[in-house]
Amino acid sequence: MHIPDGFLSLGTAVAAWVLAIAVLAYAVARTNRQLGEKQVPLMGVMAAFIFAAQMLNFPVAGGTSGHLIGGALVAILLGPWAGMLVMTAVVAVQALLFQDGGLLALGANVLNMGVIACLVGYYVYAALQRVLSDGHWANLGSAFVAAWCSVFVTSVVCALQLGISGSSPIQVALPAMAGVHALIGVGEGLITVAALAFITATRRDLVEFRKAAN
Amino acid sequence: MGKKNWWIIGLIIALAVTLLSPLASSWPDGLERVAEDHGFIDLAAGPFYELIPDYVLPGIPNEALATILAGMIGVLVVFGLSVAAGYVLRRREAKGKAS
Repeated sequence: MHIPDGFLSLGTAVAAWVLAIAVLAYAVARTNRQLGEKQVPLMGVMAAFIFAAQMLNFPVAGGTSGHLIGGALVAILLGPWAGMLVMTAVVAVQALLFQDGGLLALGANVLNMGVIACLVGYYVYAALQRVLSDGHWANLGSAFVAAWCSVFVTSVVCALQLGISGSSPIQVALPAMAGVHALIGVGEGLITVAALAFITATRRDLVEFRKAAN
Repeated sequence: MGKKNWWIIGLIIALAVTLLSPLASSWPDGLERVAEDHGFIDLAAGPFYELIPDYVLPGIPNEALATILAGMIGVLVVFGLSVAAGYVLRRREAKGKAS
């Protein structure tokens, strides 16, 4: 869902930059207060894994592919604030080094795949955790739903940005983006669950200390 | 490998994932598909400059290898940036205890 330059109007792109920077400034402040020593290498490993996994486009219906965003995964492990800093590093490097996503559009891409994907993923997961009884399968189920929601909401926001920019009417872009990303979100959910199951099996403490930090 | 160095295994796993990148689907992603279907793909502007466009490292004749190498470069760069950000922002523990 990396927006190239040209899809967004200048006003939309600038507004997204301003919003992204404002939230990231808050994220830096929160991370500065909360981040434990042990989470520093986890930030690096999650950035590395998410970057690699984002390269692996998987086919969905009709000659279309999708790839992991990773916002829900990293937010579940590190909380939304450190999580969105990790996502910002990934999305910024993709734009600056690999020309994936535009430079003017980088603010919107950080806002969508960093800020919004992490916030939606984290708070959906947290809400389900409160409702469901604590347990391995409940956690993984919550993660699946959180990951799906993170992709779905991000795609809706992206469609709104395209609509506001005049690239595509909202009544066209919204159902189209939401429809295809409802499918891609299933892949997001499966990869998120697989990664969390692996981390829980090998390093349970990494999953546990999140609760103390947030 | 002690518990302290678990991150090395994590980084190796991420690097290993890039080995799969030549197998990735080359179909357009969700946004590109929507842009093609609804006639605004041509709005896309080319990049201002190109370093490693399309995740293919320039100058490597074998495209699969060029893709894997591009992925590994990206993995190492985002790892370094994120660890640096975390290191700067981490909550300092009591003096002498910090590692």
